[in-house]
Amino acid sequence: MADQPTATERFIQGILPENPVYRQMLGLCPVLAITNNMKAAITMAASVTFVLFCANVVTSLIRNLLKPHLRIVVFTLTIATFVTIADRLLAAYLYQMSKTLGPYIPLIIVNCIIICRCEVCASKQSIFIAGSDALGQSLGFALALSSIAAVREILGTGMFFELRVLPAAWPDWVIMALPPGAFLTFGVMLAAVNWISSKKEKN
Amino acid sequence: MSYLADIFLIALSAALINNFVLYYFVGICPFVGVSKRVEMAVGMGCAVTFVMTIAAFLCWIITTFILMPGAPLSKWIAGFFVPANVAAGIDLTILSYIVYIFAIASSVQFVEMYVRKFFPALYRSFGVFLPLITTNCAILFACLTIMSKIVGVDNPADAWDLGRSLTLAIFGGVGFTIAIVIMGGIREDLELCDIPKPFQGVAITLIVGGILAMAFMGFTGVDVGLRNAIMPL
Repeated sequence: MADQPTATERFIQGILPENPVYRQMLGLCPVLAITNNMKAAITMAASVTFVLFCANVVTSLIRNLLKPHLRIVVFTLTIATFVTIADRLLAAYLYQMSKTLGPYIPLIIVNCIIICRCEVCASKQSIFIAGSDALGQSLGFALALSSIAAVREILGTGMFFELRVLPAAWPDWVIMALPPGAFLTFGVMLAAVNWISSKKEKN
Repeated sequence: MSYLADIFLIALSAALINNFVLYYFVGICPFVGVSKRVEMAVGMGCAVTFVMTIAAFLCWIITTFILMPGAPLSKWIAGFFVPANVAAGIDLTILSYIVYIFAIASSVQFVEMYVRKFFPALYRSFGVFLPLITTNCAILFACLTIMSKIVGVDNPADAWDLGRSLTLAIFGGVGFTIAIVIMGGIREDLELCDIPKPFQGVAITLIVGGILAMAFMGFTGVDVGLRNAIMPL
């Protein structure tokens, strides 16, 4: 292909045009499970960034050694290694947060975003492109996660980053902090994104 | 008696009260992706339940005999190289994630081979779902829950035995099947509805999922009430 996207283009593509959550529908478990407050969402996004970046770089380094039928296993084991590192680091430095996130940190292993990026990009591209692709995708993931978390935390508790933003008379919409709120918020946000992009296409 | 009651409560809680999909949000990808037809949903649900049971069995054995602190097999092997008091304290739980994902991936592979050889009709109906299950978070989540019930308890007598672990896996799978089949049924009818354009596809599925989750919230607290009724303190 003559016009392979450059590193910068890949970085920008991951943020909005190919946002992993809103466009590719990948990695929905953390999007729904830990977006009831901003702090947890940011920690989760940071862990995913770490794992995705390291996994992409390592995959890109070993891409010439990979055997086609074993590549998924190699990807998964690479990812599992970095997830273990991220999990131990969180438990050491942010113990309370790692208790809150609980099993969702190890579940990054089976997060489809990372396997998808390893397969689609890192196993074919040089280390620089793979790295910038990982950063772009994880920035897009972080944006999606925090957009949902912001809505849920403000409506559910009247607070943002645990600071009160709505008047104390605000009746907390408890349902937004509970599981159904996650589905509803994400569904409405997704429809909004679809609506905006279809408007853009018309113009 | 109290053991049976415990099993019953674990089963009820895994299948309905803390439903894997609608409460813990694991296995959302197939829930959204493969719930267009009821038959597909049933196939996916059965495949997940099947693999989850096998993975939970492997996971319980690996955790109890190899990974947990002072596990018999690793203690015995380490005993050849280091003094006995050091060998007794060997803790391999840091390897758990890598070992579990490997166990799940290989059990999916073996199940696929076995089913293809001995039950060709079943294999055709599972189709593409079997290999997909490796990256299904519900399976890994079941393994992690079992691990936390073995390693994370303070009193060794409270650690889950094989029966409790298998109950969690089987009924977790049943809960997954219930959720995905209900969703498949609703989506078959949704196709006849006039949905606003931006909501078509995944968005309306998520909103329906939200309403389903609200319905399942009705079960909250049933397990505590039942536990108090069966085993008064």
